[in-house]
Amino acid sequence: MEWEIVMGLEVHTELATKTKIFCGCSTEFGGEANTHVCEICSGMPGTLPLLNRRVVEFAIRTGLATHCDITRKNKFDRKNYFYPDLPKAYQISQLYFPICRNGYIPVTGADGAPKKIGIHEIHMEEDAGKLIHDAFTDSTLVDYNRCGVPLLEIVSEPDFRSAAEVIEYLEKLRAILQFTGVSDCKMQEGSLRADVNLSVRPKGQTAFGTRTEMKNLNSFRAIQRAIAYEAERQIELLEDGGEVVQETRRWDDNKGISYAMRSKEDAQDYKYFPEPDLPPIEISEETIERIRASMPELPEQKKRRYTEELGLPEYDTSILTSEMAYVKLFEATVALCDSPKDVANWIMGEVMKLLSATATLPENMPLTPEALAAVINMVRAGKINRGTGKTVLEKAFCDGVDPEQYVAAHNLAQITDLSALRPVLEEVIAANEKSVSEYKAGRTQAMGYIMGQAMRALKGKAPAQEVQKLLHEMLD
Amino acid sequence: MQIDKDLVMYLEKLGRIELSEAQRAATEKDLQDILTYIDTLNELDTDGVEPASHSFPIANVMREDEVTNTARPEAILQNAPNSRDGCFVVPKTVE
Ligand SMILES: [Zn+2]
Repeated sequence: MEWEIVMGLEVHTELATKTKIFCGCSTEFGGEANTHVCEICSGMPGTLPLLNRRVVEFAIRTGLATHCDITRKNKFDRKNYFYPDLPKAYQISQLYFPICRNGYIPVTGADGAPKKIGIHEIHMEEDAGKLIHDAFTDSTLVDYNRCGVPLLEIVSEPDFRSAAEVIEYLEKLRAILQFTGVSDCKMQEGSLRADVNLSVRPKGQTAFGTRTEMKNLNSFRAIQRAIAYEAERQIELLEDGGEVVQETRRWDDNKGISYAMRSKEDAQDYKYFPEPDLPPIEISEETIERIRASMPELPEQKKRRYTEELGLPEYDTSILTSEMAYVKLFEATVALCDSPKDVANWIMGEVMKLLSATATLPENMPLTPEALAAVINMVRAGKINRGTGKTVLEKAFCDGVDPEQYVAAHNLAQITDLSALRPVLEEVIAANEKSVSEYKAGRTQAMGYIMGQAMRALKGKAPAQEVQKLLHEMLD
Repeated sequence: MQIDKDLVMYLEKLGRIELSEAQRAATEKDLQDILTYIDTLNELDTDGVEPASHSFPIANVMREDEVTNTARPEAILQNAPNSRDGCFVVPKTVE
């Protein structure tokens, strides 16, 4: 039987605000336990939440970028559950009136045709604290630094039919969140987390199968592997005459398996009710238009501009706009050296190679636009050759050296005065008598060896064409 | 809605509390009385009345995104029954 996989995604993203959603505590990542905590976010009795204006603005930006309707009359709701990561014993979230609804993100479907992945809703809520198991006392330690950090939950429709669609959607969503300044989307720091709802059904069947929800997916690779694993598990189960149980499963990326989490029946009764401590938020047409007008350029708009104004090929624009870090480096470098295609080539070639060789994430880009522009300018001016350029770029990337100073200090500049070549080549000819006589006797391959020796003696600092021309002049 | 012993025990589970049999019976009666009392509200005709979740006609009470709090871990932990290494200590929680 042929099976079809059906998936929906719940993405949580931590917002790049300075402060938490309901109090003036910093959202900065890291730091000593419970140092970004106050009476409000630690749930002390008698305290009241006060909504961070930027959270609403960021939610609207995200909604506009994903073609959503913006809800004019917003309310918050209480989601009740007892767990020590939540000191109030409830999470303030939005159930009845989420701020954005009915949007979409376009992806490429199975047949290569464009396809829209529907966004059911986007709502605002607060993050929970962190639990640390203490093996020594066999108890649990709680740190509330992350508690109250603003989140957007972006809930898709069950429109995905393959892992490739899921990854493309996530990449596009991440780019939108980064480009609009809504989130830095660092998956390691948990600022972008995805839960995958997955079911399978015989191809052609319209009713959905029973779905499971997978949590703890911390990288795109983990998501891809978890999807493959879960689809296969469900198909095997059904083909053996079994049944899929609706449950939450946790992915273990080290072992490459998922396992059912403890029964969720206790937690499912969240007893939602309207949050009495927060007055409603009414969003006017003017507010929406003001935010629309001040929206930063989105990936698709940048792609179009790079093609139309800078003349870059489609392939380059796709790669450059896949990460905010590439866009920042690209635009700042072009401003300094005015050669978009060269800059694109260096970023897509050497810079990406160095990122992957040093296992550095693009967002932690150590290379400055000034350094990249300096290397590109020196290569273009013929001051250094491309090979030297790569070496210098690596030094700038890894050790933060100033490219121009480095070239000067290590005497790497190209020999532009051709008369300076002749004495070096004379020495090479004298030192390689054997090859020279072979060449003169008609063994033309010997020239390759002599050429190699010459370039070595010149430390690669002279244009090879000129060196070869001069050697022929001297030997022929 | 009918309150029975099973529902009371389910609520105990959700609330992480345990009642004695006597308390259970009393709670069952109390909850039933509360619901009956609330039911009188259903007798009102609310057609065309917009649902209200808030008592005052105010909206858009917000603050600017500026850090106003400083680190005070000792103050935050001072009422905790148990704390260690700057953290609250709670009974072991298995995920
Ligand atoms: Zn706080």
